[in-house]
Amino acid sequence: MSYLTLENVDKYFDRGGQRSEVLKDISLDIAEGEVISIIGHSGCGKSTLLNLIAGLTEVSSGGIQLEGHEINGPGPERAVVFQNHSLLPWLTVYENVNLAVSKVFGKTKSKGERHDWIMHNLDLVQMSHARDKRPTEISGGMKQRVGIARALAMQPKILLLDEPFGALDALTRAHLQDAVMGIQKRLGSTMIMITHDVDEAVLLSDRIVMMTNGPSARIGEILPVPLERPRDRIALAGDRTYLQCREAVLKFLYERHRFVEAA
Amino acid sequence: MPANVQRLPTAALPETSVPAAVVSLPKRPRRTRSWGKTAAQIASNVVPPLVVFALLLVVWQILCSSPGASLPSPSQVWSDAGELIVSPFFDYGQGDIGLGLRVLTSLQRVAIGFGIAAVVGVAIGAVIGQSVWAMRGLDPIFQILRTVPPLAWLPLSLAAFMDSAPSAIFVIFITSVWPVIINTAVGVRNIPQDYRNVAEILQLNPAEFFFKIMIPAAAPYIFTGLKIGVGLSWLAIVAAEMLTGGVGIGFFIWDAWNSSRLSDIIVALAYIGLVGFMLDRLVSAIGAFVTRGTAAN
Repeated sequence: MSYLTLENVDKYFDRGGQRSEVLKDISLDIAEGEVISIIGHSGCGKSTLLNLIAGLTEVSSGGIQLEGHEINGPGPERAVVFQNHSLLPWLTVYENVNLAVSKVFGKTKSKGERHDWIMHNLDLVQMSHARDKRPTEISGGMKQRVGIARALAMQPKILLLDEPFGALDALTRAHLQDAVMGIQKRLGSTMIMITHDVDEAVLLSDRIVMMTNGPSARIGEILPVPLERPRDRIALAGDRTYLQCREAVLKFLYERHRFVEAA
Repeated sequence: MPANVQRLPTAALPETSVPAAVVSLPKRPRRTRSWGKTAAQIASNVVPPLVVFALLLVVWQILCSSPGASLPSPSQVWSDAGELIVSPFFDYGQGDIGLGLRVLTSLQRVAIGFGIAAVVGVAIGAVIGQSVWAMRGLDPIFQILRTVPPLAWLPLSLAAFMDSAPSAIFVIFITSVWPVIINTAVGVRNIPQDYRNVAEILQLNPAEFFFKIMIPAAAPYIFTGLKIGVGLSWLAIVAAEMLTGGVGIGFFIWDAWNSSRLSDIIVALAYIGLVGFMLDRLVSAIGAFVTRGTAAN
């Protein structure tokens, strides 16, 4: 039985009598504990798809179900890690996570328990040392760590990551990818991650969903990544399966569905 | 050359035995230097306006010292109204009180009127900023109403309240509320979509969204509005008090004019200017304190 189901999802925007179709007939089943990457050229509606699952945007037709319940709005059980971290700059690191924790667990956990839970999640991303800093005082990678801690602290059923490492430099990105893999292994979280980085998709995910170019983007292909976990980026660099998966994604993106510039 | 190099380590050896002295040395000159620096900085900010002020006094003295001058010279002001300058808080009874006390009464009215304007302005501004239709419907009306001069409201408010005290407060309110509304609305409209998404995912209710996202995110805009508003309300109170009477600084000027005490008027003007300046700086300082962090992003 699948955990998250997308059934014939269409998404179009009506603007000034003109209908622009973004996503067409998206169907996808995701199992609990699975890590899915969605990859495609820019403008293919990856982020729209994630927003649909998050409930930030409404589907035009079709349906999305999480554990058999129809999604019709945003909620903390589908936490989002935003590309630009979206921390509130007037709150400290601790207060940012606390905003989520006190909202989600305000009634079920005591004050002490909530504090422990906040610190536990900051520990998970190794950010407890900066608990009293404001977002402007920490680096981009650290902000994204806090963003992940805030999302994890909501104890979501599914974690949605919208190009979480897109704005980071390559070294920081590798660190954070390892951190996310570690957390995923520890918590067994279900994750959907938008990315445009082929290596990131192959390294992190169980299946890679490849999108065709928009408008009316659809799922072009779904590639399973049969690599054992835990995965080590250095060991995998010369691994045959890894390279085959990588090649498959590259071929899809640059041979069959080349990005037409200024389309 | 090589001889010099060899000598150096031997000379350095005895010094390493007293490391405490080495540490304390660089601190001292730094401190005196920073003291000197801050003193120089203060001086560079204070001296030029003082010089200009002194020059203006001299020019004023020269212009008004001829026997037929219509306005009093600075020395004349000092001899006529020196007591008003020196002791702002005297109270001789029967309404004969110092200018400091008069200013405080005026400030009290401003505090009430502007306080209501701040609360109402932020609330209305938040609603308008949230709703496109409210913005379209109300913005043109506000843009027209905000250009109405403060005193033009006075007859209407006197008719409505039948009393001068609430009328003066209403005039303050109606003068200062517009910039607060308009700036708050702009601030709320400019809240980044990311913050709204965070609020939606956390399912914050409207009250939580208002206090935890909207107010802090729009705070820089709100304080711009409040700063304009407090300036306008200080303008309005003086004018309103001239007409409504009572104990305020505005009425004092009117009263002094009626009894031809020009020197008193000049002193009162200085008071009004200084207090207005302080009000402006006070709101700016509160704004800078409250919005630290927000404006940086």
